[in-house]
Amino acid sequence: MELLNNLAHYTGWVYPNETVFEWSLLIAVYPYLTGLVAGAFTVSSLYQVFGFQRLKPVAHLALLTSLCFMVFVPVPLLLHLGHPERAFNSTITPHLTSAMAMFGFFASFYVVLLILETWFAYRPFIVEQAQKRSDLLGRFYRLLTLGSYDLSEKAMRYDRKWIFALAVVGIPAAHGLHGYVGFMYGSLKAREWWSSDLMPVVFLFSAIISGVSLLAVLYVVTCKLRKVPIDLACLKGLGYTIWGFIMVALVLEGLEFANIVYKGREGVDMIMEYVTGPLLVPYFVLQMGVGAITPLILLSYMIWRGTTGRALIWGITLSAALVLMSVFMMRWNVVIGGQEISKTGKGLLSYNPLIFGKEGLFMGIALTFAPLGALWVISRVFPPWEDAAAPSHAGAH
Amino acid sequence: MKNDSKPSSATRREFLGKLGRATACVGAVAGALSVLPEVSAKTEAPSAGGSFPNKDYDWTKHQWAFGVDATKCIGCLRCAEACKRENDVPRNAHQFRTWVERYVYLEGEERAHIDSQQDPVNIEASGSEKEYRFANRYKDAKVEKAFFVPKLCNHCTHPACVQVCPVGATYRTEDGVVLIDHTYCIGCRYCVQACPYGARYFNEEKGVSDKCTWCYHRITKGLQPACVEVCPVGARIFGDLKDKQSPVSLFIRNNRVQVLRPETGNAPNVYYVGIDKEVN
Repeated sequence: MELLNNLAHYTGWVYPNETVFEWSLLIAVYPYLTGLVAGAFTVSSLYQVFGFQRLKPVAHLALLTSLCFMVFVPVPLLLHLGHPERAFNSTITPHLTSAMAMFGFFASFYVVLLILETWFAYRPFIVEQAQKRSDLLGRFYRLLTLGSYDLSEKAMRYDRKWIFALAVVGIPAAHGLHGYVGFMYGSLKAREWWSSDLMPVVFLFSAIISGVSLLAVLYVVTCKLRKVPIDLACLKGLGYTIWGFIMVALVLEGLEFANIVYKGREGVDMIMEYVTGPLLVPYFVLQMGVGAITPLILLSYMIWRGTTGRALIWGITLSAALVLMSVFMMRWNVVIGGQEISKTGKGLLSYNPLIFGKEGLFMGIALTFAPLGALWVISRVFPPWEDAAAPSHAGAH
Repeated sequence: MKNDSKPSSATRREFLGKLGRATACVGAVAGALSVLPEVSAKTEAPSAGGSFPNKDYDWTKHQWAFGVDATKCIGCLRCAEACKRENDVPRNAHQFRTWVERYVYLEGEERAHIDSQQDPVNIEASGSEKEYRFANRYKDAKVEKAFFVPKLCNHCTHPACVQVCPVGATYRTEDGVVLIDHTYCIGCRYCVQACPYGARYFNEEKGVSDKCTWCYHRITKGLQPACVEVCPVGARIFGDLKDKQSPVSLFIRNNRVQVLRPETGNAPNVYYVGIDKEVN
């Protein structure tokens, strides 16, 4: 007899088949990653499309972050599938009524877009390196030039046009991809906790704050590691962006919860028992209190007082780290929380994640941090730092 | 290869431009409004194509349906055991194609006590995860009302599970049965989440979703589903709606039947008699 991996303890009445937990923590990691992709891309777009000049120091970092996280998005899904070797069936023979079937198309479209935009953004650097270097890496850069060494003003103007167009298309693509992840849950009528029209927008706004926060943390950490001064205007810009979006995110999240409670449909008793019991700490304390309201107050205070210098750096980094935690808790509370409330509306289950194994805790942590490793590697080949690219670029001419 | 990069880069840019326009066109077509009616939960069409699984069976000539007379069920659970044997369902206390629920109202209490064969107390009473008994757990209590309700896949006319399957591995047959192609299922378990009745489980050994098929391999040979066959009291009724004298046609005609969770819009095809307000 096979071993059942995710047996859940339960109280009250649950359907017999519900006693096995089907969507593990990897399925919570998956929307967390796509959210970070969309959020990081937002930062890049704010600079490329909306002309937020103060975000220039993180514009390339945002693009690379988005790309690195996007590459890892399918991994938790593949690890979770019963037949990962059949994964492409959903792209080759998509069942059009399924929200999930579009994933392959959306994701691959977006990956191509990200690669293209990164290529255009880095073309001057690639060309310069290709001409300068004669080692193996030089050969790699020469391959990446795709034979074009033209850096004339005309060519650069053409490139900028592409970058702008790709960034414009990228906004709906990134947010569409993530809003669609929210739709996958929101469109399921079997679970009251998921079945909400607001779910896609709730996912979207939490995605934006998580991605911007990630960039704030990455920017501060990389500046410290590289021992270069932090551009306070840029960091403050990121802080403002988090501050603005976190309010919308909080209102939406609050509205969604208020709707469930106020409508009070069948099964609401169980939901109330759940949120005031097992979900009290993960939802109200960690996700809402510590992770969203605290950074909102902290950021508001800093904006009000005109905080600057070290205090600003610490304040924004702390707020951003809290938001990153909050958004992870939000994914957890939706994906795991939704399954902890029985479909019967008369019972609760509790998920105990495995520690080891392909769907275990360690794998979840590894997958969340793996994109950062990829980012470290790729930033060696394509430095996203202004100071690294600019002087060498100038030197080439 | 030419060393002059200008003409080649111009051609390449032209090509990239065309590629961009082509991609935009494809996107526009894919997003065309004509897709909308196709994806609505109300328009899930039954599978087309040749009949299945026997050559001498014509699925256009049948419309299967299931009836449950909860007033007759004695909770012996022979159905649950027969189903596991017949359909190679994992022999554990967590995965079932069919199960029986027990509702017990005790004196002075408003809500029912509900359990099923998988409850640890009942498993302890049977002594094995492969055999099922309802433990006599209310023998010292004052029971006001009690009854059993057999459950199974509802083979809905608008099945949420079929709607969400990303590869179309689960589908509705022409004769009204929802099946799963185990050779095509990718094991994402979206269908398990989408079913409001908890009828689906995930077979970890096979890496695919599984559920009741109304014993499709039997009914297409003129036999009854295993659970109907073994029920000693006739609480489970099966038949063809296209045959007006079939047991299920008579059951629906002669009783005031109801279905589970009609508000989901799934339009289930298991018809119940004798269930109570708490049953869903």
